[in-house]
Amino acid sequence: MRRLLLGLAVLSAGPTVRPSDAQDTSAIDRGVRIGIVYRPGVRPGMVVLPVHAPALDSARVILARDVDYSDRFELITLPGGDSIRVTAAAPGARPPAAGGAGRTGGGGAAAATTLNYPLYQALGADFAVAVAAGSGDSAIVTVHDVAAGGVRRELRARLPALKDPGFRLAIHQLADRVLEAALGVGGTAATRVLFVMDGKVYSIDQDGADQKLVSSSDHQAMSPAWAADGRRFSYMEFWQGHGRLFLQEVASGKRAPVATTGQALDFTPAFSPDGKTLAFSRATEEGTDLYTVNIKDGCCLQRLTVGRFYDNLSPTYSPDGQRIAFVSTRAGLPQIYVMAADGTDQQLFAPFDYGATGSSNAPEWSPDGQTVAFHRDVGGTLQVFVLDVRTRAVRQLTSVGRNEDPTWAPDSRHMAFVSDRSGYRQLWIIDVETGRIRPLLQKSGARLPAWSPRLPETASSTP
Amino acid sequence: MKRLPLLLLSGLVAVAFAACGGKQPETTPTPTGPNPDSLRAAQQAHDDSMKAAQEEADRRAQADAKRRQEIADSLAAMGRGTEAVKTLLATMIHFDYDKAIIRGGDAAVLDQKVAILQANPGLRIRISGHCDERGSDEYNLALGNRRATAAKQYVVSHGIDGSRIETVSYGEERPLAQGHDEEAWAQNRRDEFEILSGGESLKQP
Repeated sequence: MRRLLLGLAVLSAGPTVRPSDAQDTSAIDRGVRIGIVYRPGVRPGMVVLPVHAPALDSARVILARDVDYSDRFELITLPGGDSIRVTAAAPGARPPAAGGAGRTGGGGAAAATTLNYPLYQALGADFAVAVAAGSGDSAIVTVHDVAAGGVRRELRARLPALKDPGFRLAIHQLADRVLEAALGVGGTAATRVLFVMDGKVYSIDQDGADQKLVSSSDHQAMSPAWAADGRRFSYMEFWQGHGRLFLQEVASGKRAPVATTGQALDFTPAFSPDGKTLAFSRATEEGTDLYTVNIKDGCCLQRLTVGRFYDNLSPTYSPDGQRIAFVSTRAGLPQIYVMAADGTDQQLFAPFDYGATGSSNAPEWSPDGQTVAFHRDVGGTLQVFVLDVRTRAVRQLTSVGRNEDPTWAPDSRHMAFVSDRSGYRQLWIIDVETGRIRPLLQKSGARLPAWSPRLPETASSTP
Repeated sequence: MKRLPLLLLSGLVAVAFAACGGKQPETTPTPTGPNPDSLRAAQQAHDDSMKAAQEEADRRAQADAKRRQEIADSLAAMGRGTEAVKTLLATMIHFDYDKAIIRGGDAAVLDQKVAILQANPGLRIRISGHCDERGSDEYNLALGNRRATAAKQYVVSHGIDGSRIETVSYGEERPLAQGHDEEAWAQNRRDEFEILSGGESLKQP
């Protein structure tokens, strides 16, 4: 993905070089300079080949966008754009610009009857992806290794009809398999983001398509959260001043209130990774504290914190289920703390300077377990930070506008958050590694995003 | 004190000299008693002022009575005070940013509510805490809860049974003012008071 380029620049080594010049960095135009240039922007190139069947072209466009949004490839457009007709190149033919003669080899002669590997290579592509129709309603996606001049993997999947709600998810899942085939890493294409807008919970595909209302009542809703299996989610609704937690199935849309909820203000639900427990905040006259309830058997309310004169809220499980990070006001302003999942061993998690560091809120543990994202008040506005779980070092990710409520993608590399950088509050996605940012939703008022895990196929029948 | 007889004596001597002076001056007639005209005038002035004062008092009394009548009328029009009490009860209190401490000025507002609750033993209320949009959405639920609880604790500490008061929090979910400036934020950092039951007929405290 990344390459360390050893840049060796020999710049007119003149005869007038004096020893003192070696320390004088202002005189870089003289003498010899050797350096290591880190270029995170250098990624493997991928070309997604045009297809001729109209139905498949829609699939190809969705797939190409997924590949682009993975931020792991340099998406390459063929000369003449997507409209170019891919002609069969004569075996052994090489475009004049093909500089990497050593890499091309002659191994691709057989495949070159349909694919022009040398052209793709000349354009900088490491991979070429072709979408084709299979038998019946299936689709075949072929991942070509351009350098090797052959097929890396052939992926087959049932492709529902264009109008079928499962059409997009099927392609997203193919895109994730392309990523797996090319780089051996999991993608985030087959995921959705839940969010709150106008007091309702909505769902949107990670590529910004297919926005749907998922909360089914007129009650004001907040704080959606996904179960780790991607089949259920939870959220809170205001019921006559009480906060009720609901569990909803993605496939059927059926929902049920969580046991033991309804008599207090319960909010910020969080599933344990095994899906058996729901942790949440409960506000009473004693303050706000963390509780868990067994959602498998609908029983066994357990209190994890006893604040009395301070609040504890916003739990988030570590992916191994052993720990819970949360917000506590025990030191005055809200800050990020951590404890064992049973409520013991509570301690500060994200370090702060007492009296100087602003409020910290909305923690979310990354799926790889290595970081916790949260937002912190910096000079009167909110910015997204990440905490390194091992070193407990805190790093600020954003600085433009107000940025809040980060939520991790399953690759622990992308993050959705709320930002007003464009003038109004909307949802954005950032690639933490490259810093690339794109809007997820161009609508004002969307907030409290929750990024799903990779969705199972049965989730495709979402209403 | 010693000088007084001396003064009198010298006065008598002066009178004696004057008497010895012959004929009396005609231009200055010696007043033989109070001038009846001036007496009458004084009496008149006194009577007039008394009358004016009486009239003023009457007028004030009438005005008072009229104002009282007006209040009574309006109270009667508002359901014999119930509405006025409800209005008083619904008066909101406000908070500083990220604080849940009752402000000095708002203690008087809460005292009114204590009096109303004392005068109406069947009354149950709900206090809802609200926040401005600046803080974190979910943290604001906890903060609003603190604000509602702070008002309840004040009222309970002044002798009202806690079971008559319910607290809820809406965080920043139900703003009163839609602006994005301090004026709007200050209005939105508030506790609201609503009647849960027993509010059909309310007595004035």
